[in-house]
Amino acid sequence: MKEANPRKVTLATVWLDGCSGCHMSFLDMDERLVELAQHVELVYSPIVDVKHPPTGTDVGLIEGAVSNEEDAAKARMMRGACGFLISLGDCAVTGNVPSMRNVFELGTVYDRAFRETADLQPQTPGQNVPPLLPKVLPVHEVVPVDLHLPGCPPPADAIYEVLTELIAGRTPDPLRLSRFGR
Amino acid sequence: MARQKVPPTQALTLTINGEAVTAKPGQTIMDVASEAGVTIPHLCYLDGLSIWGACRLCVVELEGQSRLFSACSTEVAEGMAVQTETPRLRHYRKVIVEMLFAERNHICSVCVSNGHCELQSMAHQLGVDHVHLPYRHPDLSVDSSHERFRLDHNRCILCTRCVRVCGEIEGAFTKGMAGRGIEAMIINDLSEPWGESDTCTSCGKCVHVCPTGALVEKGSAAAEMEKRSAFLPYLTVMREEDSNHS
Repeated sequence: MKEANPRKVTLATVWLDGCSGCHMSFLDMDERLVELAQHVELVYSPIVDVKHPPTGTDVGLIEGAVSNEEDAAKARMMRGACGFLISLGDCAVTGNVPSMRNVFELGTVYDRAFRETADLQPQTPGQNVPPLLPKVLPVHEVVPVDLHLPGCPPPADAIYEVLTELIAGRTPDPLRLSRFGR
Repeated sequence: MARQKVPPTQALTLTINGEAVTAKPGQTIMDVASEAGVTIPHLCYLDGLSIWGACRLCVVELEGQSRLFSACSTEVAEGMAVQTETPRLRHYRKVIVEMLFAERNHICSVCVSNGHCELQSMAHQLGVDHVHLPYRHPDLSVDSSHERFRLDHNRCILCTRCVRVCGEIEGAFTKGMAGRGIEAMIINDLSEPWGESDTCTSCGKCVHVCPTGALVEKGSAAAEMEKRSAFLPYLTVMREEDSNHS
């Protein structure tokens, strides 16, 4: 692993129960990513081949809701590693689409996904797959979150503004460029 | 011939956020604030319908009173000092909107009213960036039995605008409320499928006064349902004029 430049802000991003759209929106910052890279070191992310965010990471972005035990463990890992934690997008902030299963009992959800719609060997997975939580939760119901950036996905402009404001040492207004459902 | 008595013109003087305004007796704080260009947040209130006073978003502070008053249902009085934007009011309004989001299943991203929803824009306006309360995720039904319209209880905030417009403007009295408290639901007739209603005229007024995606026109996809409720005050005034002439 490359040593993080101490002069740069270290950033970790993680993808829980979401569609990756928030990470796509992150990449939609396009040429501004080059500019950001002068101030930011990406130390942990689905696009960085590192297994854990380093302790003392400055900023963490969480995409996706907390739907299973692995999501919850990753959320806790991010909280432990990152000084400033951001819920990125509606799934992380509200539960959004993943939480639509919350009106059903967990057994019904498993049966629908792994038995009723399976053609071969319908069975509820007992190992190698993280167990689902009874209810899908927004990230802040699992670990404390410092900033919520709603949007489905949050526009690239909103992500850029939040990051650059943080780098400049100011508190961003996450609702200036985004809202629920955007 | 006796001189006809002219009733004296009465004017009340009060202040809204420190600005002096005049009002006629019988006007509500909401009316007077609106005339003075002061917008007080509201969801159940709609110009042209009767006052319901249920959503509590329009609460204001009155000098010398410790409790809060809903602007839509409180009449102005001489010397009243109204505050519409204080930290205490902003806090309560945010909590109210958060409770509405937590109470039923509001998933903005997949809603036909995304981008045209009064609950969504109210949350944005009040700075609600997340909901502190745990979501309830109740199991609620969707009534698609009507030929043209849909009633989705997941997205209903129980403002009763649909009930009022149906009775007061259309005169059909199809929409009503059943149940109490958190069990309360909008119903058609005696809780029948909307499509089987004998009283519904299919006028669509309920759809267009609904602030959220609870009442929508069928065939609209995510973010496509735009409501048009601007007709209401005109209709109300026209009917008043009509009844004055007849």
